[in-house]
Amino acid sequence: MSDLALDAPARDAPTRITTAARAGRPPLARFGAALLPWALPLGVLVLWQAAASLGFLSSRVLPAPSAVALAFWQALKDGSLVTNVLVSTRRALIGLAIGGGVGFALGILNGIWRPAETALDSTLQMLRNVPHLAIIPLVILWFGIDEEAKIFLVAIGVAFPIYLNTFHGIRTVDRGLVEMARVYGLSAAALFWRIVLPGALPSILVGLRYALGIMWLTLIVAETISATSGIGYMTMNAREFLQTDVVVLGVIAYALLGKLADSLTRAIEHRTLAWHPAYRTGTAGLAA
Amino acid sequence: MSAARQEFGDGIIWIADEPEVTLPPPAALPSGGATIALNGVEKAFGERPVLRRLDLDIPAGQFLAVVGRSGGGKTTLMRLIAGLDAPTAGRVAVGGETVEGLQRNVRLLFQDARLVPWQRVLGNVGIARGPDWRHRATIALRDVGLADRGREWPFVLSGGQKQRVALARALVSAPSVLLLDEPFGALDALTRIEMHQLTERIWREHGFTVVLITHDVAEAVALADRVVVLRQGEIALDLDIDLPRPRREAGDAAASALQARILAAV
Amino acid sequence: MSLAQVETYAGGAQPRATRPTRSGWRRWRLALGFVVPVGLALIWEAAVRAGFAEGRLMPPPSRIGATILGLARSGELWPHVAATLQRIGLGFALGVGAGTVLGALTGASGLARALLDPLLQALRAIPSIAWVPLFILWLGIFEASKVTLIAAGVFFPVYLGTLGAVIAVDRRIIEVGEVFLFSRLKMVRRILLPAILPHYITALRSGLGLGWMFVVAAEFMGASEGLGYLLLDGQQLGKPDQIVAAILVFAVLGKATDTLLLTLTHPFLKGYDLNHA
Repeated sequence: MSDLALDAPARDAPTRITTAARAGRPPLARFGAALLPWALPLGVLVLWQAAASLGFLSSRVLPAPSAVALAFWQALKDGSLVTNVLVSTRRALIGLAIGGGVGFALGILNGIWRPAETALDSTLQMLRNVPHLAIIPLVILWFGIDEEAKIFLVAIGVAFPIYLNTFHGIRTVDRGLVEMARVYGLSAAALFWRIVLPGALPSILVGLRYALGIMWLTLIVAETISATSGIGYMTMNAREFLQTDVVVLGVIAYALLGKLADSLTRAIEHRTLAWHPAYRTGTAGLAA
Repeated sequence: MSAARQEFGDGIIWIADEPEVTLPPPAALPSGGATIALNGVEKAFGERPVLRRLDLDIPAGQFLAVVGRSGGGKTTLMRLIAGLDAPTAGRVAVGGETVEGLQRNVRLLFQDARLVPWQRVLGNVGIARGPDWRHRATIALRDVGLADRGREWPFVLSGGQKQRVALARALVSAPSVLLLDEPFGALDALTRIEMHQLTERIWREHGFTVVLITHDVAEAVALADRVVVLRQGEIALDLDIDLPRPRREAGDAAASALQARILAAV
Repeated sequence: MSLAQVETYAGGAQPRATRPTRSGWRRWRLALGFVVPVGLALIWEAAVRAGFAEGRLMPPPSRIGATILGLARSGELWPHVAATLQRIGLGFALGVGAGTVLGALTGASGLARALLDPLLQALRAIPSIAWVPLFILWLGIFEASKVTLIAAGVFFPVYLGTLGAVIAVDRRIIEVGEVFLFSRLKMVRRILLPAILPHYITALRSGLGLGWMFVVAAEFMGASEGLGYLLLDGQQLGKPDQIVAAILVFAVLGKATDTLLLTLTHPFLKGYDLNHA
């Protein structure tokens, strides 16, 4: 609610009129409307805590929210949570950098140079049919359970969505713009930097968002199967000792990391795609 | 995020505030027309001939309108002059030089404005960059009456404003030939008349040669010095329009008579 | 890297001139696409045969082929294929069912959307695989937890796709139905379903793709049957040829089910402009 209160004066005149009009409704109704989306999650949380406290829900099945909070505090204090999150994040980012870089480079190469597409695209399309998780046993045979194995898997997982979307993005750049750029004397480099790449950017960012999902998913499986550190290891280990509170904590940690990555890409989209009507924010450029 | 901004190069994400410039008088971007000559030009796509042995001389600074039905070869003619396509036979020359590939001094306005959506208006006008481009783009924008819109994104502009920006983009490089490929076709009637007046004024100030492709006979008569009718790849009518300028868009008896003659040839 | 290619795409009228030879060129290009993979396979085969490479960690194509043939002939392969197909079939059916019902419900009713969507969106933030330990704790290590995981993976793309498709139905075509005084049932059958169908099928396809990913993950949790078991067995016994064979079977089955889904749904999509799909 405080958000709304802070927000209202900052808006421009027309919006303020509608807010004023809406203010005619009783404040309780407005409060209720704002609260409605949170009703179910909050209700579930309260019920969950009640059921656990009253003994309807065995902590072996699902620990109470308070127990999870306690486990969080514990893991934070002994440093294991921070260590494991850092280890997992490091693997995720290195894998993303390598796989994303390769996918991006291949997408650009095949997108702008037909012979490369002819030679490589059908190979990549064939490889895409392999569920990349299925190569985990092979990767373990190759690399053992070292860091390389996990990073390699993440890299393979993210490379395909980034490749496909980069390639698709470049191929669907408006040809009319490319022709215009030729008529207006843009050099090949200018054509690439000013027309082709920005035109492909929305599609590339879609690929990035998808890749981030794949990244966490791959890492969870890889860390569950073969690791001695990381959140996946932490939860799998906890499961074996029936520490359900730590298991739930691990799940929540993955959720938060996934959400964070998703929000970051959204922020990047809003920054870089300000020219796109679908992404316009605030009042910037709306003077017309 | 600032890293991404650098990674994708200058001007892609935004253009910094333009510096204050003192504007020189109108038509400060130097211009002047060039002759266009087509000798025995033929163009065929596969087996299908589109232009047949075409001869056409356009004096420097003339405003020529090419009228015809769809598929009559109008756009092909224009693409040949622009150097976007090469003729199957014959010679196309601009300013006495044979056209081979794209021409520096020839600019083209498309049916759709083809503004780059991720460049602000000023960045679009100065799309080819080069030294001092901000200054020249600012002047060109003022020439088309959009001096204060340089920092907008293209998507906020109306159809007519977009074509004005496209016109400014053509003016920046001070072309000696301006090719107009039905650029007003998609505009509403009132905006179209405004664009006619603007185009005529800018043509008179700069003095470049104009080839206007259109299927609107009234538009051709209102704007051009001379109208050529293309029918099945051949010139069916070549007519001088010596009506006094500025002309009225409607209700002129002489213009109506000329329109009727052209329509008969189309 | 050259930009010449991008520039020639813009050649405007150019393609028209070369149209007669285009399909021939396309077939030729398709063949060229096999040069790299086939060449690599041949080089690897030759390198192993000539003794330049050991081929233990990455067996040569001939040995992989022999392994697949051997597994198929001895009949060992089929129970595994059947087990995997059964899991994914069940999980896919459950996920699609739940995703469709909830997606249609939240799409059609604002109240349902306000109540359910935030929760489902919050759950979506959790990578479905992260549920594995909890599913095992709740449902045991056997079939139920595996099928549930697959269903959870399939659910989200189907739910989001259905919801998005229902919301995006063009108001104007609904108005057409209103003008013609269509009954509720007729409105759904003649207007809503056809409008939703292309997006829905796309959602089914991505659900199926995720289903295949999750069946692998599920079978890694420990299974005595299934292609995932073949993978783990190959890893524990150090048989890379068996691993690669299982990977190939996964790839072929994944592609085959996707093609099947496309073929089955194709008759429903007649008359659509599918250029955007």
